[in-house]
Amino acid sequence: MNLLRALAGWVMLRLLARFSRGSGRLPEDRPRIVAPQPPHPRAEGLAVGLLLLAAVSGVLFVVLYALEASTQLLGLALAGALLAIGVALVVLAKRVLPTEQLAEPFPEPDPEQADEVAQIVRESGDGLTRKKLLLAAGGAAGCALGAAAVAPALSLGPLLDTDPLYKTPWRRGVRLVDAHNEPVRADDIEPAAFYTAFPEGASKELLGAPLVVVRLAAADLRLPRERVGWAPGGILAFSKICTHAGCAVALYRSPLYDPTEPDPALVCPCHYSTFNPATGGEVIFGPAGRPLPQLPLMIGRDGVLRSAGDFSGPVGPSWSGVRSRRPT
Amino acid sequence: MRRRLAILAGLLVLAPAPAAADPPPIVRPIGSEQGTPQQRGSELFAANCATCHGSRGEGVKPGRGALGATGVAGAGPSLLGVGALAPDFYLTTGYMPLGRPGDQPVRARQRFHADEVRALTTYVASLGRGGPAIPPSAVGEGNVARGLESFSQHCAGCHQVVGQGGVVTGAKAPPLQHATPRQVREAVRIGPYVMPRFSTRAISAAELDDLVAYVHDAQAPKDAGGWGINHIGPFPEGIVTWLMGMVVLVASCVLIGSRLRS
Amino acid sequence: MTHRDGLADPVRFVEDRTGAAPLLRKGLRYLFPDHWSFLLGEVALYCFVVLIATGIYLALFFEPSTADTVYHGAYAPLRGTHMSEAYKSAVDLSFGVKSGLLLRQTHHWAADLFVAAIVVHLLRVFFTGAFRRPRELTYVIGVLMLIVALLEGYLGYSLVDDLLSGMGLAIGYGVAESIPLIGGNFAQLIWGAPYPGTGAFESRMYIAHVLLFPGLLAVLIGGHLALIASRHHTQFKADRRASEGTLVGVPAFPGQAGRSVGLLFVVAAVLVALGGLIQINPIWQWGPYELALGTNGAQPDWYLGWLIGALRLMPGFDVTIGSFTLIPGPFWGGILFPGIVFVVLLAFPWLERRVTGDRRRHNVLQRPREAPGRTAFGAAFAVWVFLIFVAGSADRMTVFLGLPYVSQVWFYRVLVWVLPVVLFFVVRRWCTALLRAEAIEALQHEAEEEAVISRPAGAASQVR
Repeated sequence: MNLLRALAGWVMLRLLARFSRGSGRLPEDRPRIVAPQPPHPRAEGLAVGLLLLAAVSGVLFVVLYALEASTQLLGLALAGALLAIGVALVVLAKRVLPTEQLAEPFPEPDPEQADEVAQIVRESGDGLTRKKLLLAAGGAAGCALGAAAVAPALSLGPLLDTDPLYKTPWRRGVRLVDAHNEPVRADDIEPAAFYTAFPEGASKELLGAPLVVVRLAAADLRLPRERVGWAPGGILAFSKICTHAGCAVALYRSPLYDPTEPDPALVCPCHYSTFNPATGGEVIFGPAGRPLPQLPLMIGRDGVLRSAGDFSGPVGPSWSGVRSRRPT
Repeated sequence: MRRRLAILAGLLVLAPAPAAADPPPIVRPIGSEQGTPQQRGSELFAANCATCHGSRGEGVKPGRGALGATGVAGAGPSLLGVGALAPDFYLTTGYMPLGRPGDQPVRARQRFHADEVRALTTYVASLGRGGPAIPPSAVGEGNVARGLESFSQHCAGCHQVVGQGGVVTGAKAPPLQHATPRQVREAVRIGPYVMPRFSTRAISAAELDDLVAYVHDAQAPKDAGGWGINHIGPFPEGIVTWLMGMVVLVASCVLIGSRLRS
Repeated sequence: MTHRDGLADPVRFVEDRTGAAPLLRKGLRYLFPDHWSFLLGEVALYCFVVLIATGIYLALFFEPSTADTVYHGAYAPLRGTHMSEAYKSAVDLSFGVKSGLLLRQTHHWAADLFVAAIVVHLLRVFFTGAFRRPRELTYVIGVLMLIVALLEGYLGYSLVDDLLSGMGLAIGYGVAESIPLIGGNFAQLIWGAPYPGTGAFESRMYIAHVLLFPGLLAVLIGGHLALIASRHHTQFKADRRASEGTLVGVPAFPGQAGRSVGLLFVVAAVLVALGGLIQINPIWQWGPYELALGTNGAQPDWYLGWLIGALRLMPGFDVTIGSFTLIPGPFWGGILFPGIVFVVLLAFPWLERRVTGDRRRHNVLQRPREAPGRTAFGAAFAVWVFLIFVAGSADRMTVFLGLPYVSQVWFYRVLVWVLPVVLFFVVRRWCTALLRAEAIEALQHEAEEEAVISRPAGAASQVR
């Protein structure tokens, strides 16, 4: 800070030297303040050379800029100019300008003055008879005004309303569509593949919208009893949003040869929470605290997959009270 | 230093445990250079593949197989009806032969000579009816932009968005830096190891061309910013920050300031 | 005898109008103790200068809007792709604006090195006991700056709306929601709606990134420097004259100013060189973010790596009472862990005082060995955080070295508790051993000197 101030001061002096007129006179026989420094012409010459190099490099940058040169050339030119100036300054400071080690006492605290400050404040309040009441009133005013100042910030979002967190766009009968809004037909869902689906007619950027859809052999399913019928033909749909921290569950582990390879699993690429689709999205590894919410499916007469209701649990990362309600 | 050593030691302790078994040596039956590709393929198959895939490619269930060359009981999927596509993929990537059934195959030097691969491919394709043929080797006319879109939807979760590979719990998604267009086309249809499998209904031939175009592009992506440091973002960037940036800056401090003289 | 002086006139002009001469006189001869490690804080300061300079340029081109648009710009592999205005303007800035990519990359490298310099500076301050009375406030402001810098960096990473941005924000939202009792409401307040929030959220991040947090940092930097100037730097006992009461150093002008401004240019040069030569955050390769997309190997910038490590290591564990979820899992790694780290850091001067009972003023620094307890605790604490940080890269270790991810996670789950404890005792022992060796050496030295003195005067002078 001092240093910047010193530098700014020096620059200012140079500028002012041109504009100001006066008759400042310095006696020649004043004792020196700064230690004398023997000249070092070689270092000085080096500094001059470096500064000229910086000038060339700076001009080069402008030329390269005009020529639409690559980022690499631009970077080299600018870095070269900066480095040359930096080295020139360091050379000057280390070789040409005096560097002296001086000693001075550390600043000491001044308890006397501190006590006087306290005294001034204390004595100023001598005329007050109901200090506590005044303080309380002042505090009340301050708090109230503070609350008034902060209140508009509550418009940022719904503060006391967690309902939106439970809302999803899925209702009984809503059709599943793919990223290009084409309806997803049950026949299209093949085992060992995974699909991303969305609710027809709703925004794809709602937390409850994206689904990951997979098909397992019906015999391999071990869904909870209350979810019987949720997976027609072994087709399972889960919220694609990880219940840990909200990333998209974009990995599907699907063994080619079941006997020797890991079982099918849905995995989140952020913290590798791993969910078992066969058991209805149970967490089998990683930091997620809740199963992946499952969406009950049914197959419409048109062969298109439709939701048969809402998710088995709230979608997305957990909050306090997340397990208290079912999504709506 | 001490802590680095400790970490290194820890990693060393970890390393050997899960290492994949070495692939078995290739057995080349005497006189197998002669004969039609079909005959050669059948001899090579009997010598190198049958332990796990069965003598007629019907597959072997775990615990039912005979002891193989390495003394390991074989187990592996049936190859009936996989066509020429699958053997071409597994042999050109060096995925097969596998050292131990159940291991994840990893990319390696191709173990069979080109003509042997042809022979085996012909033979395996003949084991079942139909099955897909070997897809084209050229990059093709795919659209890179659509390919990126498709890749981020279907592939990036495991293979990372620039194809640098990644982790699936219990397995590793290989980097795609050395995957040829043909191998990409094959892998999408096969779904090797724990990779999902995409039929032409899930990813059409045209979409696959886009994907291949993107993977090809991502093998040498436009690094307008200079040295690409592996195209995985913050991880190598952090290494550069500390091992280059901070080292240079601290060295500058040491040069500019003075050392402690005591 | 007097003579006209081109400098004296303007200085008198200034003094006459402002009365600044005494201050300038003092400032020019302000003493800087001379040690290279005292420049580390300056490196951080100069990174901040570069961040402001490049950031202003970037702000002239960046469009903080999540409105949907289609790209038709210079980068072919994205043509025809739907994306937000924010992402599009950042890609245009990289390909369509001359020297835009240089500035963007320099800005990002500067951010990475800003935090790195703060951390190295913090380590130096911690292990030499520079935070002791009367400099506790300087230290606390420094730690607060580190916190603000982390948030500021996170916002910059998140603004661009590329795939990594979006995944990072989702995690931030998940962590915000995990605050016990108020999390769900708090996250909605900040985002305006369930993730990804309302369009206004982008504007909120933007104003925080370009005004609120940089302003806060500038104020804190001002306070930090003002306190340093007021209480002066600490010093090592490098010079015979240096003591608790006497400061020995190089005057600000000319010696130190040249070095310091030289360092500013060197830092800027390094950052620009990195910005020009080594690619950072190639957003055009990540593609735009959509809620349903994710990429493997997604990482935050290095300075948040310790948080992703904690989030990944922590087993799934929600505190629930009946069907009421009290504490969702991300709280442990995302809030409790950094909370502990920063509370310990902030409170450390007072914690140490409680343990040692040392209430004196200190101007002379300690070597780490001179405070074995602190050094041991600091090493253990730093290694604890460092291991969790390293655990955050376990997934890439799987890709590079083939180490199975799950085993690595279990390995770190044990190691992060065992190694720091072991290290505490090892380091403390090591420090005391070093001190004892020094004491013995000093005794021997003393004995030798006594031997010299006990000889006849003539012999002693011969020895000298």
